[in-house]
Amino acid sequence: MLDIKNVRKTFNINTINEKKALDGIDLHLDSGDFVTVIGGNGAGKSTMLNMIAGVYPIDSGKIEIENVNISRFPEHQRAKYIGRVFQDPMMGTAAGMEIQENMALAYRRGKSRGLSWGIKANEKEFFRESLEKLGLGLQDRMSNKVGLLSGGQRQALTLLMATLQRPKLLLLDEHTAALDPKTARKVLEITDEIVSEQNLTTLMITHNMKDAISIGNRLVMMHEGRIIYDVSGEEKKKLEVEDLLKKFEEASGEEFSNDRMILAK
Amino acid sequence: MSGLLISLQDAVVQGVLWGVMVLGVYITYKQLDIADLTVDGSFALGGCVCAILILKGDGDKWYSALLANPWIALLCATLAGMAAGAVTGFLHTIFEIPAILAGILTQIGLWSINLRIMGGKSNAPLLKTDSIFSQFIELTGMNKQLASIAIGIGIALLMVIFLYWFFGTEIGSAMRATGNNEYMIRAQGVNTNWTKLLALIISNGLVGMSGGLVCQSQKYADIGMGTGAIVIGLAAIVIGDVLMGRMRSFGSKLLSGVVGSVIYFAIRAIVLRMGMNANDMKLLSAVIVAIALCVPVMTRKWRLKRSYTEGGV
Repeated sequence: MLDIKNVRKTFNINTINEKKALDGIDLHLDSGDFVTVIGGNGAGKSTMLNMIAGVYPIDSGKIEIENVNISRFPEHQRAKYIGRVFQDPMMGTAAGMEIQENMALAYRRGKSRGLSWGIKANEKEFFRESLEKLGLGLQDRMSNKVGLLSGGQRQALTLLMATLQRPKLLLLDEHTAALDPKTARKVLEITDEIVSEQNLTTLMITHNMKDAISIGNRLVMMHEGRIIYDVSGEEKKKLEVEDLLKKFEEASGEEFSNDRMILAK
Repeated sequence: MSGLLISLQDAVVQGVLWGVMVLGVYITYKQLDIADLTVDGSFALGGCVCAILILKGDGDKWYSALLANPWIALLCATLAGMAAGAVTGFLHTIFEIPAILAGILTQIGLWSINLRIMGGKSNAPLLKTDSIFSQFIELTGMNKQLASIAIGIGIALLMVIFLYWFFGTEIGSAMRATGNNEYMIRAQGVNTNWTKLLALIISNGLVGMSGGLVCQSQKYADIGMGTGAIVIGLAAIVIGDVLMGRMRSFGSKLLSGVVGSVIYFAIRAIVLRMGMNANDMKLLSAVIVAIALCVPVMTRKWRLKRSYTEGGV
């Protein structure tokens, strides 16, 4: 499904701020895999997702989705295959446009856009039903501007928008990190529902180790631009947060010093 | 008193004809958040192209007479404006030159091009030629003022309807989203370079059309006719916003630009009649826009300052 082969990326090359963000990443996802990604700050988690999405070009290596080499595709062309939710709730939606307009834009992801009307009448009904499933009451506010919604509502909407048109790959970049714990939980529940309902292949970055263990069928730990631990199936289900911390120390030779992660125990 | 009435009627004509330009400025400034300085150049370009095509109507080429048709000349002015917008668009999107600088470069380049179009002269009078206005007068028998107002309002309304339709389409929605949140719409598979380029093309097409209309209405084109057009455009948008800002629908927002333009020219007519030097008008426009941009910032700062208390609430 997704094949990442020896992908490297260095930022600010040949300057004093040179930073090796990805140091030879190899990762294969099977169709339907739900992979959680953890690692300290600067481990390269977000960079990996951004490389897959095409936000910046990679230095070397290859990224394939269903045997299509997308390494050289620009961001907007990769959107045909990929649905994304960002960490910042402001980033995934157009605040000045209506909820239904945002959904209509997302419903055309990867399709050619022409001069026919931006939202069709029968689409509105479909959007209403999809919003109803979120259980946030947004179906009655379809012509409200998205800017009026809370961060949690916006993340839930972005998630829905990313999956209105079934993506081959769903990228979630710490999409609950900016939310309060209760809202984060709700958005995570919605995530789990949508992913299992549509059987989506998903990569989800999280800072919460408990979530990383309890959600998905596979867990990947990153450190200094490399994948240092990869576990799936039964072995993953049996993991404890302590095991992860120990694994991290073993693999990296460092103490786990990210306070956000400690707090998330 | 009747003198004032006549100059106000004139102001309405000018207001709606320049209003077409304001619609163009509205697209870039309000929808894409770009202050596109191409406008000064593309407005004059539209005027020059229109004037020269009409003047060359008696030329010996087989197409001379065809292009001299006032409507065809107006269409060519629009196309010329679109081309100017495309130049700015390419500089801004492909070569990543900041939008303001890209616009200035095109505007400065157009100055020389406009002079070349007019054969090195700085103006081109259209004394005894046909215009869309004279044709309309012949057709309907209206007096000149009324005919000009009718045509001006007709064309401005047509353009408002066109834009209302366009921004409701799939491409138009994607363009609005580009101004709203580039990251979001790229993640939805839209090439934002393309939407920005298209917006600049359409915007400057309207500006060129407006230049052609003003040229036919005032019966001459002048190399300096576009100078300060962007400020007039911004002033009209600001005035329209103050008057009709409470109306939410997209159509009324477009219309507010044209209304703002009419009010701008009405104010101008009044202060000129009150004895203000015409050369000071540009200063007045600049001050109007500057104040409009300063007020929201100052109110925000003032509120912040006032809401501070040492002990808390």
